[in-house]
Amino acid sequence: MLNIKCPYCGDRSQKEFAYGGDGTITRPKLNQEISDEEWDNFVYLRKSPRGKHIELWHHIAGCRQWFKVERDTTTHEIFRTFKPEEEF
Amino acid sequence: MSQNFRLNTGGLINRDKPIEFRFNGKKYIGYEGDTLASALLANGIHLIGRSFKYHRPRGFFGAGVDEPNAKMQVEINGCSEPNINATEIELVNNLSATSQNCWPSVNFDIGAINNFLNRFFPAGFYYKTFMWPKSFWYRVYEPFIRKAAGLGIASLEKDKERYEHKYEYCDLLVTGSGPAGLASAYAAAKNGAKVILAEDKPRYGGTLLTDDVTIDNLSGKDWSEKIISELKEMPNVIVKNRSQVFGYYDHNMMVMFERTGDHLEKKPKYTPRQRLWYIRAKEVLLSTGSIERPIVFGNNDTPGVFLSAAAKEYMKVFGVLIGKKPIIFTNNDSGYETAIEFKKNGVNPIVLDTREDQNSELINEAKDLDIKIKFSYAVIVAHGYKKVKSATIGKLNKEKIDFENTEQIDCDSICVSGFWTPTVHLASQSGNKLKFNDSIDAFVPDKSKQNEHSLGAANGTFTLQDTLKNSFNTGSEVSKSITKKDEKIQIPNTNERKYTAHDKFWCSPLPKGKNYKRFVDFQNDVAVSDIEVALREGYRSIEHVKRYTTLGMATDQGRTSNLNGLQLVANVEKKIVPQVGHTTFRPPFTPVTIGTIVGREIGKEYMSTRKTPMHHWHEKNNAVWVDAGAWKRPRYYKRGNENLFEASKREAKNVRDHVGVCDVTTLGKIDIKGPDAAEFLNRVYTNAWLKLPVGKARYGVMLREDGIVMDDGTTTRISENHYHMTTTTAQAANVLSHLEYYLQIVWPELNVNVVSTTEQWAGAAIAGPKSRDLLAKLFPKIDVSNEALPFMGYVEGDLFGVKARIFRISFSGELAYEINVESDFGLFMWEKIIDIGEEFNIQPYGTEALSTLRIEMGHVAGPELDGRTIPYDVSLEGLVSKKKDFIGKRSLAKEAFNKADRQKIVGLVPLDRKSSIPEGSHLVENKNAKLPNLKLGHVSSSCWSVENNNPFSLAILKDGKNMIGKKLFAVSPLKNTSIEVEVMSSHYVDHEGKRVRS
Repeated sequence: MLNIKCPYCGDRSQKEFAYGGDGTITRPKLNQEISDEEWDNFVYLRKSPRGKHIELWHHIAGCRQWFKVERDTTTHEIFRTFKPEEEF
Repeated sequence: MSQNFRLNTGGLINRDKPIEFRFNGKKYIGYEGDTLASALLANGIHLIGRSFKYHRPRGFFGAGVDEPNAKMQVEINGCSEPNINATEIELVNNLSATSQNCWPSVNFDIGAINNFLNRFFPAGFYYKTFMWPKSFWYRVYEPFIRKAAGLGIASLEKDKERYEHKYEYCDLLVTGSGPAGLASAYAAAKNGAKVILAEDKPRYGGTLLTDDVTIDNLSGKDWSEKIISELKEMPNVIVKNRSQVFGYYDHNMMVMFERTGDHLEKKPKYTPRQRLWYIRAKEVLLSTGSIERPIVFGNNDTPGVFLSAAAKEYMKVFGVLIGKKPIIFTNNDSGYETAIEFKKNGVNPIVLDTREDQNSELINEAKDLDIKIKFSYAVIVAHGYKKVKSATIGKLNKEKIDFENTEQIDCDSICVSGFWTPTVHLASQSGNKLKFNDSIDAFVPDKSKQNEHSLGAANGTFTLQDTLKNSFNTGSEVSKSITKKDEKIQIPNTNERKYTAHDKFWCSPLPKGKNYKRFVDFQNDVAVSDIEVALREGYRSIEHVKRYTTLGMATDQGRTSNLNGLQLVANVEKKIVPQVGHTTFRPPFTPVTIGTIVGREIGKEYMSTRKTPMHHWHEKNNAVWVDAGAWKRPRYYKRGNENLFEASKREAKNVRDHVGVCDVTTLGKIDIKGPDAAEFLNRVYTNAWLKLPVGKARYGVMLREDGIVMDDGTTTRISENHYHMTTTTAQAANVLSHLEYYLQIVWPELNVNVVSTTEQWAGAAIAGPKSRDLLAKLFPKIDVSNEALPFMGYVEGDLFGVKARIFRISFSGELAYEINVESDFGLFMWEKIIDIGEEFNIQPYGTEALSTLRIEMGHVAGPELDGRTIPYDVSLEGLVSKKKDFIGKRSLAKEAFNKADRQKIVGLVPLDRKSSIPEGSHLVENKNAKLPNLKLGHVSSSCWSVENNNPFSLAILKDGKNMIGKKLFAVSPLKNTSIEVEVMSSHYVDHEGKRVRS
C-alpha cells in the first residue's frame, strides 16, 4: 500500500485515493479541428513507461482534489506530488 | 508416562501451574509457559506426524518458526484449525491436538507404503504420471492425490471468533527482541522516537534467553528483562509479544499478526482471537536473528533428530531434555554450547565435529567437562523407524568425500548444527537484493531500497559485542534524524565465548553402495536425490528447480532447507552458491489465518449499508429489499401471499390508474454553483444548456470522451448561478469524480463548484393521473395547474412547515412530480404523502414497478446505458447538439458509430402474448440455424406491460431502425427458452408522451 502525500492534506494511505491515469495528457481544445488519428491518440493511446511516470490521483475519500504524482512504476517510489497548476 | 523428560529444575515455565491437554486423544500434563511441542517432549513424545509425500514418521526438529514437521490439527475453545505449528502454540487447558497426514493413526499409517515405493516417486512424479487420459485428472487422480496428500482439515463451520485490524504509525518499527532489537529500540526510544518493538514469541529476549553471556554483569535474560521493563514504561514505545511481522510492503507498510486470544485461559468477550496490524513506519530495523541450518545425512528426518540450538532451547527455556543419549553433530562451535548444557543437566553427549582437533574457548571448556569429542567425524545415517535408536558414524577422509572407517553407536537423539543462516526474509521482501557472505556461507542484506536496516545476526553479525554496538549506534542515528535529539548511551560491557571458524561441511557423503534418503526439505519431502533428478533432467534456474521439486515451497518457506538446497545445486553444477542465486522471499513469513486477514469485514460488515430516511417505514410496510450498490431499496411491498410478479404488477397498475409514491432518495444529487455553471453544463451534457431559464428542469445525457453514454438525469436551474443535478443511483460517485476532473484538470478557468448532496435531500416521486390532485393538497398555497407548473417546471414550497423543492419530472411516463426535503424531514414528508394520498388510492411502489413503468414507456436505464451504447443506439440522438462542442462529441463522428445498420433500441412482444422474454436473451433470425448462430442483438430489459397486459421487452438490435415489424427469436441458453418475438417501437405506451404534459 502506497503512502501518498496529497498536496492539500499531507501524507495519507493509498486507500483514500483513486488512480486517475496518465497525468501528461492534454485534452484538445473545444471546437478544435482535429484529425481522427489525433483524437484517437488522445482518447485511447497511453504510454506504459517503465520508471518515472507522471500520473493523476484523486483524493476521493479526502479533499476530493485531483493532483499529480511523479512515481516510479517499478519501485513505486514517489518523487513528488503537486497541484495541477504547479507544472513540473 | 508423566513428564519423564522434564528436568527437576530450570526453565522459564511455571511449575506451580500444571496444564492438562490431549494429543491424539490421550491426556498429558504440561506446565504453564510450555509450548505444545515442549510439553509433548517433556512426556517423551517424538512421533507426531507423517511426512507429506512418503508418509515417513516425523518428529520435532526445531523450537520455533524454524520447525518444518510439527504441523497439527489443534482445537482450542471449540475452534479447530489445521497446520498449527506445535512449537509456536502455547499450552492452555483443554487444548486438543491431533496428528495430520496419517490414516488411520500416526503409529500405523497406510500411506507409509509410499515410503517403501519411494523409488517410484521421483521429483516431478505427479507431472509425469497423471497426464493421461486427460479426463482422469479431475475425476480420479486429483481427488485421490488430494486425499493422500494435503495437510490438516479446514473446518466447514463458520468461524465464531472475533478478529480485528489495527492501523498504527511510528518512527521506528523494530522486528525481534533479541539483543539487536532491544539495543536499537532502546537507543531510539531514548531519543524520543515513537517506537514499536515486535516479538513473535511470548518471551522477550531472543537468544539472550539461551546463550551463556553477560551484559553489564547481568545474565542475558536479566538484562533483556531490565530493558523491556524500561521500554514498557516509556510513553513513546509500544512493546508487543506474540506478534510476527510477516510482510514488508511498499513505502514501509509493515503487516504484523498478533496472537491476542488463544493463550488466554478465559478470553474476555470482546478480546479478539487475533489482530492484524498495518504499521506505517518511517524506518524499519530488522533484528530478526538467524536460524540454525542442518547438516544433511542419511535418514536425517527420523524422529529424534533436532537442530542443536533447539535442543538447548528446550533445556534452558522449558526444562526439557529432548534425549538422554544424544549425539551432537556439528561443523562449528555452537554445537558445543548444546553439549555443555546437556552435561550440566547430567546427560553425557558425544560430539562429532567435522573439523580437525583444535583449540577454542568452547572446545576447551567441553574438554574440561570430559565431554567425549570425535573430530573429523560425521553421522552417516540414523537408524530406527519411529525414533532414533542408533547411528552409523564415520571418520571423514581428508577431502571429506568418503569415510576411512565407520561404526554404529547407540543414541536416542542427534542434534545437528551446520552453522547459522541470517533471517533475511523481510529485508528481501523490501526489495533489498541480497549478497552472499562467504565467511558465513549465507546471504545477507545488501543495499536498502526502502528505509530499512538489518542488525545483528540478521545481518550476519554473530558476536554479541558487535551486535550491541551496531544496534545501539543504528538506533541512535536513525532516530536522531527524525527527532533531532541525541541522547548519549553507554554501550554495555559484554562477556561471551569466542567462536572459531566453522567448517563448510553441509552434507554427509554416501558410503559406496549405500542409498540412504537424505532430506533437504522436510516439510515437502525433498531429498538430495530429488534435486539431483531435476538437474539431470535439465532444470537449471533455481526458480525452476524449486517449482519442479517443491523445494522450499512449504509453509516453513524453506527456513531450514533453502541454503542446503542451493549448496547442492551449486555442487552438482560445479558453481558457487552466489552464482546459483536464491529464490524469491514472499510474504507471509509465517502462515496467517484467513480470519485475521478478513478482520471485521465479514457478513453485514463486509461493506457499509446505505439506508434512506424512510427505511424503517418501508420495513414496517413489508418491503422486500433489493441492493442498489450499498443502498437498500424496496423492490416491492408484499401484501398477503403476493409474489414479486403479482405485487409489482399491482403497484405499477395503481400508478397508471391512480397515484403511487416511490422513494427516490438514492438518486445521485449534485449541487452546482458558480458564474460559469451554465457553460460547464453545456460542455458536460450533449444538449444545449445556456438558455435554460431559472425555475426549469432539463433532461440531459452525458458521454465519456469515447462517445459512449455515461449517465443521464435531469438538472434544474434553482437560481441564476445555482443548479441541482441528478444522476442515476449507480453512477452518482463516478459522475461527481468526472465533473471534478474536468473542473480541476481540464478547465480550471471555469468558476464552478460541485458537491454531492445525495444524502442531504430525501426524495419522493409521486406519479399517476391523480398526482396533481395530491400535490395540491400537500401544497395548498401553490398553484399546481399545468399552466403554472408545466412539465419540467420547478417550484419551491412549504410542506406543513418544511421547505420543499418540487420538480415536475417523470421517469414513469405518467403525470408525476418529485418532492425533495432535507433528509431529516424525509420520513415526515413520506408519511404526509401516504396520509393525504389515501383518498386518491395511493400505494407505495418499489423498483420492480418502477422498472415496469419505464420499460413500457421506452425510457432507458442502466441495462441500456451499459457502457456500449452511443446516443443513437438508445434513441437519444435528438438530444445531441449539432452546434456546440461537448465531452465525447468528436468520437461520435467515428465511422463505426455512423454505419447504416448501427444497433438501435427496439421493443419486443412475444407472438403468443404470454411468454416472458428472459433478459439477456440473444436475438437470432432462425432458432434452428447451425452454430455459430449469428446474433443480431440482445434483450436488455423485460417487464409485464400493465397497460397492455402482456410481456414487453426492450432490446438493442442491429439495424433496429429497419427491423420494426420483423419476427425474430429470443433465445436464452441459460433459461433454455426460445421465444418468437415481434420487433416494434421501444415506446409501447403513450407514444406521443401526452401524459407527462397533461
